[in-house]
Amino acid sequence: MSIVVGVVTFPGSLDDRDAVRAVRRCGGTAVRLWHADDTLHGVDAVILPGGFSYGDYLRCGAIARFAPVMETIADAARGGMPVLGICNGFQILCEAHLLPGALVRNEHLHFRTRDQRLRIGSVASAWTNAFAPGQEVVIPVKNGEGRYVADAKTLDELEAEDRVIARYVGGNPNGSLRDIAGIRNEAGNVVGLMPHPEHAVEELTGPSVDGQGFFHSLFRHLAGAGAVAAR
Amino acid sequence: MARVVVDVMLKPEILDPQGQAVAGALPRFGVTGVTQVRVGKRIEIDFAGEPDLDQARLIADRLLANPVIETYTVRVEDEAGRARPEPSPAGAAA
Repeated sequence: MSIVVGVVTFPGSLDDRDAVRAVRRCGGTAVRLWHADDTLHGVDAVILPGGFSYGDYLRCGAIARFAPVMETIADAARGGMPVLGICNGFQILCEAHLLPGALVRNEHLHFRTRDQRLRIGSVASAWTNAFAPGQEVVIPVKNGEGRYVADAKTLDELEAEDRVIARYVGGNPNGSLRDIAGIRNEAGNVVGLMPHPEHAVEELTGPSVDGQGFFHSLFRHLAGAGAVAAR
Repeated sequence: MARVVVDVMLKPEILDPQGQAVAGALPRFGVTGVTQVRVGKRIEIDFAGEPDLDQARLIADRLLANPVIETYTVRVEDEAGRARPEPSPAGAAA
C-alpha cells in the first residue's frame, strides 16, 4: 500500500504543490491539508512546505504556529509521526518549539537562491536514513531568513547528540551558525531543513535528483516501522 | 485610552544585520560617532476597558516575541504617550 503524505497549505505557502509532486514522483500518495482544518485525514506523515505563511508577518512562522492544523500536527509529532519542515516549514517547527533554535535574517541581508552543496550529517532520522553519513548532495536553497541560530549550549547538544542532519559546504549561503542547514528532534521523526529537496527530484527541473533521498528515507522508515509492528 | 506598548528587541548576542545596515548608512549623510544601531519592534495594543498587563504579557510571550532570540518589555501608556509609572518586568524573557 502506498504511503500517504499530507502537505499543508497555509495562506502564503509557495512550494506546497512542488512538495505534493515530489511525493508522487518518488512513489508516495500525497494529500493536501488545509491550515484551518484540524484533522490530518489519516496521513502517515506531514510536510510543512516552503513559502511565506501569513505573509511572514511578525516573524517567519510565528502566526502559522497557531493555525488549527498545527496543534494536531504538534500532537502527532510528539507521538512519533514523521514531520518534515522545509524552509518556511522549518521556521514554523522552530516557532512551535518542535525543534530548538530559530531562523533569522540572513547575515548579508540578501535573499539567496542557488544550487547548494550539503553534507549529510545524521542519518538516524525518518527523513535521512537512505543517505550515507557524510554523503554530499546538491539541493536548491532559497531564503531571506535562513540563518540558523541557537545558544552555544543548544548547538553543542545538537552536535553531541548527532542531530545536525545537513550542513552547508562550499560556502554558507546565509551565515547559519556552524553551517547548519537542517536538524532533527531527539526521536528523529521531526526534521527541519532550509534547502528544498522537493526542487531536486527530477533532472528536467532540478540541479540533481538528490532530493529524492529525503522521500525515499520516509518510505523506508515507515516500511520498517510497519514491519516491526507486524511482527 | 487603554493602551499597552510592547517593545521587542533581539537579544544582545543575536546578530542584527538590519541594524548594521542602518549604522553603515549614517556616514553617508555626515553622521559619525555612532558605534552601534539595533532595530526592534514596537507593538501597540489597545484594550476595550482598562489596560490588561497580564493579557499583554501573555500576548508578548506567546506571539510577539520569540524567547529564543528576543526579549520584550511591556508598559502601559497614558493619553499623552508617556509611560505610566507602573511596574513592568524589564526584559522579561521566558
